[in-house]
Amino acid sequence: MNRPHLQINNLTMAYGETIIQQKLTFSVRRGSIFVIMGGSGCGKSTLLRHLIGLMEPATGDILINGVNLWQADAHQRQAIISRSGILYQSGALLSSMTLGENIALPLEEFTRLNRQQIDRVVSYKLALVGLGGFADYYPSEISGGMRKRAGLARAMALDPDILFIDEPSAGLDPISSRLLDNLILELRDSLGTTIVMVSHELASIFCVADDSIFLDADEKTIIAAGSPDKLLKESEDERVRNFLTRTL
Amino acid sequence: MADHQKYQYALKNDTLCLELTGTWTFAAGIPEISALINRIEADNPRHLVLTCHQLHDWDSGLMTFLIELIDHCHQRQSTLDRDALPDGVKRLLDLAYAVPERKGARRSILGQPVLAVIGNLTIEMHRNWNDLLKFIGNVFYALLNLIRGRARLRLSDLFYQIEAAGPSALAIITLISVLVGMILAFVGAVQLRLFGAEIFIANLVGLGMAREMGAMMTAIIMAGRTGAAYAAQLGTMQVNEEIDALTTMGISPVEFLVLPRLLALCITLPLLCIYANFMGILGGAIVSASLFDVSFYQYYQQIQSFVPLRHFAIGLTKAGIFGVLVATAGCFRGLQCGRSASAVGFAATSAVVTSLVLIIVADAVITVICQIMGV
Repeated sequence: MNRPHLQINNLTMAYGETIIQQKLTFSVRRGSIFVIMGGSGCGKSTLLRHLIGLMEPATGDILINGVNLWQADAHQRQAIISRSGILYQSGALLSSMTLGENIALPLEEFTRLNRQQIDRVVSYKLALVGLGGFADYYPSEISGGMRKRAGLARAMALDPDILFIDEPSAGLDPISSRLLDNLILELRDSLGTTIVMVSHELASIFCVADDSIFLDADEKTIIAAGSPDKLLKESEDERVRNFLTRTL
Repeated sequence: MADHQKYQYALKNDTLCLELTGTWTFAAGIPEISALINRIEADNPRHLVLTCHQLHDWDSGLMTFLIELIDHCHQRQSTLDRDALPDGVKRLLDLAYAVPERKGARRSILGQPVLAVIGNLTIEMHRNWNDLLKFIGNVFYALLNLIRGRARLRLSDLFYQIEAAGPSALAIITLISVLVGMILAFVGAVQLRLFGAEIFIANLVGLGMAREMGAMMTAIIMAGRTGAAYAAQLGTMQVNEEIDALTTMGISPVEFLVLPRLLALCITLPLLCIYANFMGILGGAIVSASLFDVSFYQYYQQIQSFVPLRHFAIGLTKAGIFGVLVATAGCFRGLQCGRSASAVGFAATSAVVTSLVLIIVADAVITVICQIMGV
């Protein structure tokens, strides 16, 4: 299928009267890793919140699998969103539930699997992210990196074909960050999952990204697009080059 | 689809060839592994070869099935050849087995024996009691610093806390106190009327509000309203590491956060209690004037003659003590809070429960002391 998995047309994002970003148009290929880059405060996370249906665009369209998210009715929109996996910055695991219960939650709510099948999926997903045997732990009992991996296991619980990730490297040491990047690459390669992630960690961006856009806080729109390696070599925009080479 | 259509089972010598066919998704149904395992146990092959020439779509359902199968082969020490599986499946299997399960990570799901539960509860209570004593000690030390003028207490914080605890609570105090006054008057009047002594409604309501109900009801409202808020605020600060930040900056959280709250409640609770007394007495007056032929003037005269000021003084003393208890319970539970959302909820709940228990116990003790002193 050649249709892009995610298509954004002329999107404007605003908080009340304040415009955050405008005229955003880009598309994400199926089975690719797409990174949204930009400095702090340029609206990367806000864009992600729009893509996962938490915020309504001021103008413009968001199409997932060809379905316009905000022209669909609320029920249909919820169905599209719950079929996507989302990994939040801090993992966002529910603190009153164990890791196992956190991963089981979407399976219990949105599938007809029986208890035994759910338990098997939970231990498989935990094993995938390297947390085999930790099902009975509460999020407060494990480290930040483990919480993030458990968050990824929950995001993958329903075998989504698109995964949104907010700052995968934030708060992780280089090794944990690299392990998470490898995991993301592995998910794309083995399952063909489309991955959209927000990041400003250069090491992680160069490691995983197939394609990217660069948002700027002053121009309030995309100032560069393409694979990060290509942007590093070819971009003539000083802001993009400075960002990608960590130059002041 | 029936299970046997999902895979073909072919046994040659001691090699079992398992051909996976069709769609292996949860939506399409995943066969129960137990049937296959029973058959393997019966035939006892030494080698198992997985093939999948006609496998269409698959998801985590196939993966869980394969993991069970691999684990089983591992247990019975037979070899398993999975080279013919799709690349994605092989990679995911490698990933799932890449990090061996950490030894000792898995927890027993069995409940603890009763004795262990009692023991753990006792240890927990002991620890709680120690924490509370330590907290009270810290508060006294902070108060001492305050008297010596060395406490890091900001007046702006104190005024903010007084405003949040006092004036903002007036509406709910008004409602509850007027209703309590009316209820006291009504319940008392029905009995007093039997003796034609309706005029004593004033004594009943006046005494009841001034000595007991004014302070008690205000304290209960403040425990639910302000004590819980203190626990939630400090608990959230604990989650966000704000308390740690204060400590490492060399600022005592007790002086900076607890003192303003404690002083604010010590000041506002007696003031609110005076207001609650007035409102309760007013509520009683409304009932006696409208239902029992006791005029406002008679009611007022009766209260002035028969409810001396010492009753109000006792009520106010109680209110001050309740203020200290509510603030202490709220702040203590907040600072004791763990680092999760549910811990904040637990802190708020236990702050209210602790406050209520302390209020009732303190009230009983004060009543006994007053009885002994004859006031």
